[in-house]
Amino acid sequence: MIPLSWYLYLAAALFSIGLFGVLARRNAIAIFLGIELMLNAVNVNLVAFWRYSSNPGLMDGQVFAIIVFAVAAAEVAVGLALVISVYRRRNTVIADEIDLMKW
Amino acid sequence: MDATQVIFIVSAALIVVSALMVVTSRNLVHAALWLISALFGVAILYVLLEAGFLAVVQVVVYIGAIAIMFIFAVMLTRRDMLDKGPQVNASWPVALGLCLLTFVGLGFLLSRFGDKFSHLPGALPPNLDPLLALGNALVSPQAFVLPFEVASVLLLAALVGAVYVARNHK
Repeated sequence: MIPLSWYLYLAAALFSIGLFGVLARRNAIAIFLGIELMLNAVNVNLVAFWRYSSNPGLMDGQVFAIIVFAVAAAEVAVGLALVISVYRRRNTVIADEIDLMKW
Repeated sequence: MDATQVIFIVSAALIVVSALMVVTSRNLVHAALWLISALFGVAILYVLLEAGFLAVVQVVVYIGAIAIMFIFAVMLTRRDMLDKGPQVNASWPVALGLCLLTFVGLGFLLSRFGDKFSHLPGALPPNLDPLLALGNALVSPQAFVLPFEVASVLLLAALVGAVYVARNHK
């Protein structure tokens, strides 16, 4: 059997890797890939805490994870639509070059 | 070391290696394919955690819809995929330091809890059908019917918004 802390350390590692992707990548789509990794790390934590709670008959952890799924799907749909729209107008998806509102 | 621990270690290694490839690989199509492999590893973890429904949803929604949408977006913005410049911005050492700090901080925090998190999972109650309980929790007024309905409104808004934003205004 697996102790709970293994899941927590793995989720911490996955979250940190995703954070690096968000902070360091130049391509906007690559930034979204990093966000997906971070959301998955959170989901692993939620489901692990549900399974290891003293009352797994309460499904709160899994419900939270499903809400995160829905939010991730909405975020990706709108985000990629924005990226495609920006690409159409500015002909770039590099985050540094989308600087119209930078002063 | 029993079988579940071996499965956990193998899938954790799969997840970490694929996640590292997602943030480092130069070709975005490769990055999206590595993301699929990382998401599959997370689905294995859900099976280990006895959350079978979430494992199926992970494969169907994340791998089947979101990852494919990423590949479509990469193909629609193809010209920049082949760009010559560096794939990371100028402040990437700061970003690396920040994420290492996050990992060390989280690890320190977890280690401070001592053996509070070292317990093993209890058996699921024998009369519990997790799928039935999850469905009841999602639509029961005593539980989560309001967040469930709000999530459906959010999805509709995102759908309409995505179509509007990506439309060709000409």
